[in-house]
Amino acid sequence: MSPVLFWIFASLMLVFGAAVVVNRNPVASALSLVVSFIGLAALFMSLDAYFLGIIQVLVYAGAVMVLFLFIIMLLNLQAEARRPINWLAAVGGSAVAVILLIQIVRIIGNVQAAQQTFPLVASSTTDDVRNVGALLFRDYNLPFQIIGVLVLVATIGVVLLSKREPRG
Amino acid sequence: MITLGDYLLVSAILFATGFAGVMLRRNLIVILMSLELMLNAANLSLVAFSRFRVGANGLPNYNAQVFVFFIITVAAAEVAVGLAILVALFRARQTTDVKDISSLKF
Repeated sequence: MSPVLFWIFASLMLVFGAAVVVNRNPVASALSLVVSFIGLAALFMSLDAYFLGIIQVLVYAGAVMVLFLFIIMLLNLQAEARRPINWLAAVGGSAVAVILLIQIVRIIGNVQAAQQTFPLVASSTTDDVRNVGALLFRDYNLPFQIIGVLVLVATIGVVLLSKREPRG
Repeated sequence: MITLGDYLLVSAILFATGFAGVMLRRNLIVILMSLELMLNAANLSLVAFSRFRVGANGLPNYNAQVFVFFIITVAAAEVAVGLAILVALFRARQTTDVKDISSLKF
């Protein structure tokens, strides 16, 4: 991928990721999150992970975002959007985040491999669904089944949690 | 040329954005969205490492991509459960603001 495209998609992702945090309206946050995830999917594809890029769009921009928007619609959150900002807490929280970022950037700067470009892939990587799938069902079969149980438990838990409490 | 460090830098900025969202915002829905941002930042680093470690057969290291697949699955389940808890909470307290939920605060 050309560096221009990388920086376009990376800045798209970062700007809309920041918009998620900055926007005071939850609907605007959710829609910014969709754009951010689509930028991230483009970055996945730039790293030859086509399968994960498509999964990212399907699962996040499709399923998770619909869930978020559905809950926002269900709860009707517009009324409580206006609240005074606690500036002391805001400055403190941003300072912690900035310190974390500085630490990560310094660590990246000290890693030798971070200065290297990506090596060329010899053969075609467009059939990575087959490669990921083979690995998933051969080497990672047990974790895959455990994940299946986890999703089942999550489904039952969600049904149980959102069930209305019986009166009395 | 784009180096591994560029991807890691973008990933770090995205993680810090999500972390700032969790620290700053008081709305539980936006906190859950910020958690998703952090998980996706981790995913981006993993995919970058996967592409960086090209094996002897000339293919990326797919172990990291399988790991990302698991993370996406767990994140989706986590969002579903988190939003269900949010709905139950809203039903009991009529709020999604973390400032209003301080029963367990010492």
